[in-house]
Amino acid sequence: MDRRKSLKTIAIGTFGAGVLAEACKTEPKKADTTPVAANTTDAINRMPEEKLAQEKFDSAGKFFTDAEMATITVLCDIIIPKDDVSGSASDAKVPEFIQYIVNEMTEHQTPLKGGLRWLDLKCINLYGKAFVDCTQAQQIEMVDQIAYPKKAKPEMAQGVAFFTLLRDLTATGFYTSEIGTADVGYMGNKPNQWNGVPDDVLKQYGLSYSEKELKECVNYDKA
Amino acid sequence: MPGLQVKKQPKKYDAVIVGSGAGGGMAAYVLANAGMKVCLLEAGPMFDPAKDSNQLKNAWDSPRRGASTKFRPFGDFDGCYWGWEIDGEPYTHEGDTKWEWWRARMLGGRTNHWGRISLRFGPKDFKRRSIDGLGDDWPIGYEDIKPYYDKIDRMLGVFGTNEGLENDPDGIFQKPPKPRLHELFIKKAATNIGIPVIPSRLSILTEKINDQRGQCFYCAQCGRSCKVYGDFSASSCLCIPAMKTGNVDLVTNAMAREVLTNKEGLATGISYISKDDMQEYQVEGRTVILAASACESARLLLNSKSQRHPNGLANSSDVVGRYLHDSTGADMGGIIPELFDRKRYNEDGVGGMHVYTPWWLDNKKLDFPRGYHIEYGGGFGQPLYGFNWGIENLNGTYKIKGKQKEAGGYGASLKEDYRYFFGAHVGMAGRGEGIARADSRCTIDPNVVDKFGIPVLRFDTKWSDYEILQAKHMKETFAEILHSMGAVITWGGDDTKENNYGLHAPGNIIHEAGTVRMGNDPKTSALNSWSQAHDCKNLFCVDGGQFVSQADKNITWTILALSMRASEHIVDEMKKNNL
Repeated sequence: MDRRKSLKTIAIGTFGAGVLAEACKTEPKKADTTPVAANTTDAINRMPEEKLAQEKFDSAGKFFTDAEMATITVLCDIIIPKDDVSGSASDAKVPEFIQYIVNEMTEHQTPLKGGLRWLDLKCINLYGKAFVDCTQAQQIEMVDQIAYPKKAKPEMAQGVAFFTLLRDLTATGFYTSEIGTADVGYMGNKPNQWNGVPDDVLKQYGLSYSEKELKECVNYDKA
Repeated sequence: MPGLQVKKQPKKYDAVIVGSGAGGGMAAYVLANAGMKVCLLEAGPMFDPAKDSNQLKNAWDSPRRGASTKFRPFGDFDGCYWGWEIDGEPYTHEGDTKWEWWRARMLGGRTNHWGRISLRFGPKDFKRRSIDGLGDDWPIGYEDIKPYYDKIDRMLGVFGTNEGLENDPDGIFQKPPKPRLHELFIKKAATNIGIPVIPSRLSILTEKINDQRGQCFYCAQCGRSCKVYGDFSASSCLCIPAMKTGNVDLVTNAMAREVLTNKEGLATGISYISKDDMQEYQVEGRTVILAASACESARLLLNSKSQRHPNGLANSSDVVGRYLHDSTGADMGGIIPELFDRKRYNEDGVGGMHVYTPWWLDNKKLDFPRGYHIEYGGGFGQPLYGFNWGIENLNGTYKIKGKQKEAGGYGASLKEDYRYFFGAHVGMAGRGEGIARADSRCTIDPNVVDKFGIPVLRFDTKWSDYEILQAKHMKETFAEILHSMGAVITWGGDDTKENNYGLHAPGNIIHEAGTVRMGNDPKTSALNSWSQAHDCKNLFCVDGGQFVSQADKNITWTILALSMRASEHIVDEMKKNNL
């Protein structure tokens, strides 16, 4: 029984999310108790115990306030904007994904909520306004100070940790959406016949199948 | 209202089988097809991959995008119910020892999601004590089990190639799929440094085998279980066909409590609790066949104490629970710069690797006694939760389309980076043989019961230097292969003596074996060479519990072969009225 292999870890790649040292300790009361995923159609086969747990996650209140969600949405779209290949993070409903996933992965709650407040306070100190109320130029100026871990100033380290986590969640939410999966060019998850690496790709890397492989392996007639 | 009562099932069966995975499914299949009346007890619910598989779901069909939960540690689409922890069913540890115990609860057990790696043990694997003086020899040899390997190859299907290797025997193979691009890189690199890479051997149908099962359509999702039965699961290929004979009564959600015995010490049946109504039941059989998993079967035996069997059933030798061992495991991964910005195409292939490395060295020249094989992964996988995590560790390190960028970032430039690195990762995992030791064991915790009131297992297992030194060798080998292919190590490269060179905790590789081992001497083994209890002739154990040692080969194919062998023996003995 060995399905672990490395594939899961390979997909994840290297981990780098830091821990926010100065997270907001006093969390404001949750105002909105609208179910976070009332409209989610859960198409997965589940055992009875799982169904109960899923109902709880789906009916949990929203962790982020509307104001926080507005900030998350702006940041997500800065991280993954619309470009000439695909749409933006909000086009792919990444903010909604983040709103859902923190109910389940509660370890992200404090770093994100605290990070959002840290960001607003920095913006108020610098520009006199919360992040969402800043001009686009000010927002980008702020983001530039927390988006590059190696060159960021030490006093911005907590903001870097926050932004790194948000970038990871945004990327994972985006590339696991229909829009993002098409963008990154994953072409599988459909019935097909594996006939080996395409000839032009073999040629590109100077590789070829051995006579033994061609003789022993499954061959399908090329259409 | 009356207190708790025990309900006796009126029907008496030829066999009561506990567990519906590889061992139990095979026993049910053989007995039912021989006309025997079988009661098959399964602790979880019904599961038919044709209806219940999450195959071909998109990431966005899952609210958590395929991330794992406690119910599905291998991700939301995985084909196994439960895993390391089950609500209300604890297990404990002696001191600071570790054992990670995977438990599946569903028809077919963990075969619904396994890696389909189907390796025969070789002649040496049955006689290790004679070779290196450690552990024990099996009471049988390769020649005893070969006919059964041949039968299950034909009956269930496995692809591979006959390579004429001494200890990795040839089989009756279907054609394997061609290597993927990263697998060609691996093969070239490893071969250059003297490490063989050959087609993998997986029980996946690349050719049609019968009218009940479809052919593989290359979605890479065997782990979700297969709707067309294109791979081997005990549910699809054994239990469901066995039920179609009309000779099997399947009882789902039936948690076995105890093996019942009579005054003569013979097994009479099983007592179980139904999770559906929480009532207590008893079912009788001429024979009782345990296949609940190595540790669950040991637990059942240890919990089945009687006057005739004061140390637990089949345990006058005191070996039940001992010799518990798992495969060793250590892993490493990297990124291949030559594969940056790859051309896109569908390279899903079968569910798992197309090539692997069988053990290739001579342990007499090494500082550890047993071998390992290497499994490989990589390429364009379906993006699921966790995908593209930690880009700041990549995009400042390598030039992207000729440009040196700052690590991290955002925007259109970042989107370009994610595309650039997709499909360039590669990983490798060693799976090796440890030594089965008497002091590596599970016992009944004297103080703890599960929610059904059944005393739970307490584990007491530790790696020895043999396994740790083997892990060190794995890591050195992986680094050499990655270096040889021009890859850069991205994870698993920092392990040292302090963390046993990244050797996974015992149990983690999910190849539990050895707890009800077979042998010729009733003083040092629980079962004879027919998987039959020395102390109780109508009791059998056909799961991983019966293993004396488990080679560096994943154990499922050998569980199937041993269970088929034992089951045919049971049929013969019943026909002769010896049981």
